[in-house]
This record gives sequence, C-alpha cells and structure tokens, in this order.
Amino acid sequence: MHWPFCLAKCPYCDFNSHVRETIPQERFASALRKELAHDAARTGRRPLRSIFFGGGTPSLMDPETVAALIEDASRYFDAEPDLEITLEANPTSVERAKLASFREAGVNRISLGIQSLDDASLRFLGREHSASQAIAALETARSLFARVSFDLIYARPGQSLSEWSGELDRALSLASDHLSLYQLTIEQGTKFEALYRQGRFHLPDDEQAARLYERTADIAGRHGLLPYEISNYARPGAESRHNLTYWRYQDYIGIGPGAHGRLTIGDDLLAIRRHRAPEPWAGRVEQGGCGSTEEIPLSAEERGREALLMGLRLTEGISCAAFRTRTSREIGECLDPRILDAALEEGYLTFDRERLIATREGRLRLEALLSALVL
Amino acid sequence: MYRAMTATPLSQIRNFSIIAHIDHGKSTLADRLIQSCGALTAREMKDQILDNMELEQERGITIKAQTVRLTYPAKDGKTYILNLMDTPGHVDFAYEVSRSLAACEGSILVVDASQGVEAQTLANVYQAIDANHEIVPVLNKVDLPAADVERVRAQIEEVVGIPADDAVEVSAKTGLNIEGVLEALVTRLPPPEGNAEAPLQALLVDSWYDPYLGVIILVRIKEGTLRRGDKIRMMQAGSTYHVDQVGVFLPKMTPVDSLGPGEMGYINAAIKTVADVAVGDTVTLDRTPAAQPLAGFKPSIPVVWCGLFPIDADDFEKLRDSLGKLRLNDASFHFEAETSAALGFGFRCGFLGLLHLEIIQERLSREFNLDLIATAPSVVYKMHMTDGTQEDLHNPADMPDLAKIEKIEEPWIKATILVQDEYLGSVLTLCSERRGIQMDLTYVGNRAMAVYRLPLNEVVFDFYDRLKSLTRGYASFDYQMDGYEESDLVRISILVNQEPVDALAFVAHRTVAETRGRAICSKLKDLIPRQLFKIAIQASIGSRIIARETLGALSKDVTAKCYGGDISRKRKLLEKQKEGKKRMRQFGKVEIPQSAFLAALKMD
Ligand SMILES: Nc1nc2c(ncn2[C@@H]2O[C@H](COP(=O)(O)OP(=O)(O)OP(=O)(O)O)[C@@H](O)[C@H]2O)c(=O)[nH]1
Ligand SMILES: C[S@@+](CC[C@H](N)C(=O)[O-])C[C@H]1O[C@@H](n2cnc3c(N)ncnc32)[C@H](O)[C@@H]1O
Ligand code: SF4
Ligand SMILES: [Mg+2]
Repeated sequence: MHWPFCLAKCPYCDFNSHVRETIPQERFASALRKELAHDAARTGRRPLRSIFFGGGTPSLMDPETVAALIEDASRYFDAEPDLEITLEANPTSVERAKLASFREAGVNRISLGIQSLDDASLRFLGREHSASQAIAALETARSLFARVSFDLIYARPGQSLSEWSGELDRALSLASDHLSLYQLTIEQGTKFEALYRQGRFHLPDDEQAARLYERTADIAGRHGLLPYEISNYARPGAESRHNLTYWRYQDYIGIGPGAHGRLTIGDDLLAIRRHRAPEPWAGRVEQGGCGSTEEIPLSAEERGREALLMGLRLTEGISCAAFRTRTSREIGECLDPRILDAALEEGYLTFDRERLIATREGRLRLEALLSALVL
Repeated sequence: MYRAMTATPLSQIRNFSIIAHIDHGKSTLADRLIQSCGALTAREMKDQILDNMELEQERGITIKAQTVRLTYPAKDGKTYILNLMDTPGHVDFAYEVSRSLAACEGSILVVDASQGVEAQTLANVYQAIDANHEIVPVLNKVDLPAADVERVRAQIEEVVGIPADDAVEVSAKTGLNIEGVLEALVTRLPPPEGNAEAPLQALLVDSWYDPYLGVIILVRIKEGTLRRGDKIRMMQAGSTYHVDQVGVFLPKMTPVDSLGPGEMGYINAAIKTVADVAVGDTVTLDRTPAAQPLAGFKPSIPVVWCGLFPIDADDFEKLRDSLGKLRLNDASFHFEAETSAALGFGFRCGFLGLLHLEIIQERLSREFNLDLIATAPSVVYKMHMTDGTQEDLHNPADMPDLAKIEKIEEPWIKATILVQDEYLGSVLTLCSERRGIQMDLTYVGNRAMAVYRLPLNEVVFDFYDRLKSLTRGYASFDYQMDGYEESDLVRISILVNQEPVDALAFVAHRTVAETRGRAICSKLKDLIPRQLFKIAIQASIGSRIIARETLGALSKDVTAKCYGGDISRKRKLLEKQKEGKKRMRQFGKVEIPQSAFLAALKMD
C-alpha cells in the first residue's frame, strides 16, 4: 500500500512522494480501499502472507485508515497465521499515541527511517529530525512492537571507515533483529543530482564503497545480523517477509499511486503499474475502481530476467525449481554461457542443480554481472 | 537579373592567386581589394569575408580557395576585370593552391613584413614559378612596429630569389596602399590568352554540393565561349549536361549569359552523379567538342591515412554519401570502404596531412551531422614480399606475416623549419629523436633555417604538437615528400585479453617500438573503464609481448537501494543496456564500449 505524502521532500529521494499543505486523508483512504477491493475481486481468495504500508510517509496516515485496509485485506484473503504487517514510519511523525493506534490497527512491524545517527549528516540529508529524536522514536517503537527495523544511509560524502564503524556499532546496539543499510545513491531528478553534478559534494569511489560495504557486513555479522539481501541484515528468521516476496519474485498486489504489482491472473503474469500522481490516481480509482496505467502480461523471457534481477540480490540466491515454475524457463537458458563460466571461475557465482547464487564478491558487482550475464 | 558579358577584351582581364605563408594576410588583403573595387558595401563587409566556412572563421585560417570577380577602373582609363583567387596558406591545403595557380596567369606573393619569409612562402613561390606565373611581391603589415621592410625585401631576393625592389608595401588591415596593389596587378601581370570562337575548353577547378542546387562547378575558360543553355560534356567522365545557369562570384553568385576565354565562373547543370565530377577535367561543348582535353591536374597523393567509423553503425550509408559530397569539394581527400573487427564498417581515408584530417572530421560532424571515430593516422608503406610482389600498406592492421616480407620501405620527407635561434637547440634534438638527418642549416635574418630529412611516420606521431610547444608556436614548418627508404619497421599489435584490436595496431621503427607500445598500454589502462573481470592489455610484435598492463576488475557496482516492487524499471534498464551492447566489442569475457577506443585513439 503506497502512501504518497511526506512532510518535506528529502533531497536524495526519488520515491513517489509529494508534499501537500493538507493531506486529503479521507479521499485517499477511500480510494485505497476501493482499489484494494477492485483487485481482490479479480484475484479471488488467495493466501495473504504480508502487508506493507510504504511511501512516502505512511506514518502520516490516519490509524483508522490503516485499520480499515487491514480489515479489508483480511476479509478478502486468507491471512496466514503469522501475517506480517509492516508500516514505514518517519521519526518526525511517530508520537507514542499514534504508534499505539497503529498497533491497535493490526500493524506488527515498524520500519523507521532513521538514516543516520549523526546530526551533521542528518542535516546534509535534509532530514527534519535529530539523532536523539530518532533514537527516542526508535525506543518508543521498540517498547510497542516486537519487530522493529530501521534504515540508515551510508557511504556518504567523505565518510571514513572508522566514522561509519562507530555509527553502525551504535545503531546495532539500538537495533532489534533487522536493519536496512543503504549506500547513498544519486537518483535522477533529485536535488542531490544537481548538487552532485555541480561538484558540490563527492561520493566515495568504488573501492572505498566496497570497503565500507564489507566492513558493514563484518560489523553487522558480529552482532548476529546477517545480510540476506544486498542492503538488508537480519537475525536468521527475522527477515522481512514482505521484501522477500519481491526478491523471490512471487505475486504481490500494489495499491496506491505509483505502486507496482506482479499478479498472476489466469495464465498471465501481469506487470501492473498505477498512475504516479496522487490526485489523478485517486480520480481514476473513483471512476473505475482501479488506478492502473499499465497492466502488461510478461513474456517468459521477461519473467526470466526479472526473476534473475531480483533473486541474485538475495544471499540464498534463486531456486532452480521455483524459477522454472514461475517463468517456464530453465535458468541456464537465460544466461550467457561464456559469462556464466567466467563468473563461476572468478567466484562471482555458484550454480548447482538446486540453486544459482551470487557470492558476496558477485553481489558486490551485481549490476555489471547482471548486465553481462542475463540474456 | 542577367548581366550580358560585353565580351571584355582579353587585354583587360587579369587572373591572379594570392599566395603566402599561413597568416601573412592573404584573406585580409582580399577583403581590401574587394572593398576598393566596390564589390560589397561597408555594411556587407566583414573580416576575411571569403573565409565563409564556419570552421575557417573559428580558426582564422583559410581552408578552401575562393574566387571573386572584381571590376577595377585603372589609372590608364580602362576598366579591368580582375579574377582574384584567395588560397590557403597551410601546407595541408596545398592542392587548393596548385589548382588555383593553374587557373591564373599571375600571383601576388604576400609576405608579412614583421615576420619575413617563412617555410610556406618558399613552397608556394616555387609552385607559382613552376606554373609560369608572373609574381608581384607584396610586403604586408607595414603598420606593425615590428615591420622591417628593408630586411624582408632583402630576404625575398636572397632566399626566394625573385626581385623585390618594386615590392608593394601595404597594410591590408588599415587599407594603406591597396591602390598600389591594384595598379601593379594591371600593369605587371600578363592578360590571359584564348579565342572566343574556338571549341570550348574550360578547366574544372573546383566543385561543391549545394543542398538546393545540387552540384556546382567552378571553371576557368581557356578557349571558346560557354553560354546558358549549352549542352556540355565532361571530356574525361564522358557525361553530358544541359547548362541551367552560368555565373560569376561578385562575390555573391550572380548569373550571366556567357563566359568567354580568360574568364572564371560557375556552372549549374543539374549534375546528380557526384562521381562524374572530377577536378582537372575539361568541360567542352557536346556539339562541337575540343579535339584535346587540357592538361588537368596532377592527382593529389594522400600521405596520411586513417580509418573513419560511424559511432552509430546505422550511419554507415550516410557516411558514404557524405564522404562523396565532401570529396566533391576537396579533391585531395580519398576514401575506400574498410571493415574493422573492433569498430565495424567504415572507411579508410587518405589526407594531405594531420590538419587536413582534423578538418575533414570536423566538416563531417558539422556539415553532415555525423559522429565518428578516427583511428590513429598511418603513412603508406611499401612492402616488398618474398615472392617478388610489391604492395602498398595503408593500414597497419593489414600488414602481412613478417615471414612473407622481404623488406619494408617507408616514406621520407624533406622538412624546412624556420625558428628563432633560442629554440634551435631543442628543435634539432627533436629532429634527431625522430630519426631526422640534417641536410642544411643556414640563417635567414636572425632566424635559423634547418633542412632535415625525416621519416614521415615520425612526423604524423605528434611532431607538430611537440614542435609547437618547444618553440612556443614560433617555428614554421613545411615539408615535401622525398622518396622511400628501406627501414627496420615492425607492426605493434595491441591485445585486449589476448585478442588483437585491429584499430589500435601501428607501425613503428624497431628502436621505438617498446616505448610506444608501453605508452599505449598504459594509456588504455587509464581509459578503459573497469569491467566485471580483470583485463590484460598487451602490446606485441609478432608473438613477442613487449608491454603489459592489467586493469583490475571493478570493485563495487551495485545499487543498494531497493525500489519497492518496481522491477520493471530495473528490467528496462537491463534491456536498454543490451541494446547498447551492439556498440561493444567482446574480448573473451569482457565487453568494451567503442567509446573507450575512441578515447584511446585520440592519442595527442
Ligand atoms: N597588423 C596587421 N595585421 C594584419 C594585416 N593583414 C592581416 N593581418 C592580420 O593577420 C591575421 C591573419 O590574416 P589572414 O588574412 O587571415 O591571413 P591569411 O594569409 O589569409 O591566412 P591563411 O588563409 O590561414 O593562410 C589576422 O589576424 C589579420 O587581422 C596587416 O596589414 N596589419
Ligand atoms: C521509501 S523510503 C521510506 C522511509 C521514509 N519515507 C523515511 O524517509 O523515513 C525507504 C528508504 O530508502 C532509502 N533511500 C531513499 N533514497 C535513497 C538514496 N538516494 N540513496 C540511498 N538510500 C535511499 C532511505 O533509507 C529510506 O528510508
Ligand atoms: S526519504 Fe522518505 S521522507 Fe524523505 S521524501 Fe523520500 S519518502 Fe519522503
Ligand atoms: Mg586566408
């Protein structure tokens, strides 16, 4: 469920987030419910494993809306007993009472956008909260929820190995069993892109980025959090089920402006995308029940590519059997044999009858590996 | 508006070329002549008006010779027709000069009075003398404080060997004594000869492609008369055309009814086939053809070759078409189709020098909107094979197996370098580093004139740049081809992951092979972006590796951020990259973008 509003736009962010003087809560609440109903009608009853309120800043939603959407979903689908319901929260909009109402509504996992534990870095990142506010928000969340994760952005301009090690150590001492640790990337159309192009700041070079990445895995590992995806670290068993669904290339419905879905309807696997702009999206939903701008059946080749792009991000790699079922292709058919051989020899990949796995060395260079490897 | 040519008597026509070393003020003098004959109003006038190509204006040099017809009421009371041809000064455009000279009876030799005689002054004067020209020396830039008229006058007599007491002293910039030049033209240059009633013989001097009018040709009428409506025949090509328009340059293109002997003008005859037009051909009338064609021009022989490849493979046909049109306007440039494993389909192109090469590339990109990769320039080697045959080698990649070669000869040049005394030492060192042999060392005023024999191969390898930087741009340089000599030459191959990159192969003397091989490997290492796997970059002579660099694998390349469920974006990016791979060349397990070679090929 995508909630497209934020209090302010962060200079690095290219997510579908918009700032409005007043958020039209009711209109979006009913549009989200309507679009969910629309998709539920065409899928029929299916098992429901996770719900994710992402954004934007879903902690700006009225808890009643969250409650209503969870209720709807539970009615339309067969919720698994340990249904995971995550809500992304921003430290500036999580008073204790509100978090408690989210828990009332059924949310059982919180993902907090902390970004940094250093005040100067938070200012650089354009965040409206301080490190101590972020820590307070985290403590509140942990007191209310059994499962709390938070996001940090590292490989920031000028960041040294030792600075980051210190910050990460502190973060791990505050963490429960899950962390998302993203290296800063410059995204098109953001304020950071303009500044970066003007040379107003520099990013660590590839080698420094690689060192930071390796150090991150070492430190997280010492605290018992293992990387299960490029940027995600968890105590075994505490992985985000929702994100695993994307990476394992399974079905998901995407509700809300700019949301994406992969949905099996009949024999087709549909790539669904909703209108990005909040109000036009809502307009479409109000008119026809559905805000889609694209619903395209994916060919076997496209499925193969997507499954590879997602699956190789995971430490567990890709199951050959699951790949075959999902894409009607063999993994081997989708790969350039020369690159496969070279990558196996170089130790970027392992491949047996069960699984294709990108090793840590392979995952470090995944973009280059995929672009050469995937046919 | 048609102006009837009131058949000007031959005695009142003067055809002349303006020749000089580069930058001595030819085009500026042409401006003043045009102005004082009232051909253009002050408002229409601008500096170096004949340098009408954007590239000429930007660089302040003339690339194409240009023709203007002027009317001059002389002091003797008669009105003369003056056909002026402004020529380029740079040695690479010497073919423009030689064709202009063939169309005229006399030359104005411009010498910058503050600089004196330079290398190209000599070269151009000798050409004019060969063309039996009457020569009027003009001392230009006398307005400059550094002008030393008497010294330069003496130089012209001593070094050039032509009388200079009645050299005309002018300032083309201020307009001082332009009248003196005009009077010298009519009194000292001979009029053309010819018979208006004879069968037409018109020398095809130049041609160009006009997007609206098609092919236009410039002719000098030697015998007979050409009229609008005539049916003409190209004597060499054999093709015939109906003349839609004849005209003259005033300097704007202006139609006339006819052109008589001694005159110059253009013909528009709806010529579609670019290949039918060859400078030096004789235009005659189809109905009453001349018995003999004119002597024509010596074909220009390219001395430097390089490959030109479209960056976008789809542009190959467009490139072929553009080269054809450009060749129409530059007969000194040659091309033939070529294929490279690294760069795909393209053309092997021959030029008169490195500036020529650069200008052609620029013109292709500006006038024809083409993005090109040029391979390193190479000279033409003569290969004597063990089976007794002989071959010209234009492309180092085509060099046969060494075992089949008996001996290789390389072209030498005779170079004349004029330089201030203080820089002489470094110039001599440069020449000897480049295997030069000193032939002569004399003084021209306060400057040394060194004559060297040098292998051309050494000159195409950044010689100009080095010369310029060693002498702060003060040295002047000119050369002529000076035969072939046997040499201990080797072909150096560049290998990426053990595979040769044909476009990077080059030929060098054995003594410098290793140094250059190493230099290229290390440059490539810096230019090729790091890849998924490590890359070996090697230089070899035959099977012997003479240099090696290893480019490590890139250390990190993964976007950390997740895009929620937006997989389409990632997939489309991947699919776009695949599309881009058509421009990549596979070397074993790595793929290298052509752009990396492009950068590598831009060797100084
Ligand atoms: N002071 C002074 N400068 C002059 C005079 N004549 C030409 N110049 C300058 O000399 C430079 C070269 O002049 P051009 O007329 O372009 O020389 P050019 O001989 O046509 O040069 P190329 O065609 O490239 O060989 C320009 O900057 C002119 O302004 C002169 O009489 N006095
Ligand atoms: C959709 S955001 C949701 C979090 C919430 N809106 C907030 O900012 O608190 C998901 C996470 O992506 C990360 N992120 C966004 N843009 C990024 C960028 N340019 N480089 C690295 N990480 C980025 C941030 O850590 C952010 O918390
Ligand atoms: S980073 Fe989060 S809070 Fe900032 S603009 Fe993006 S979605 Fe909104
Ligand atoms: Mg000029």
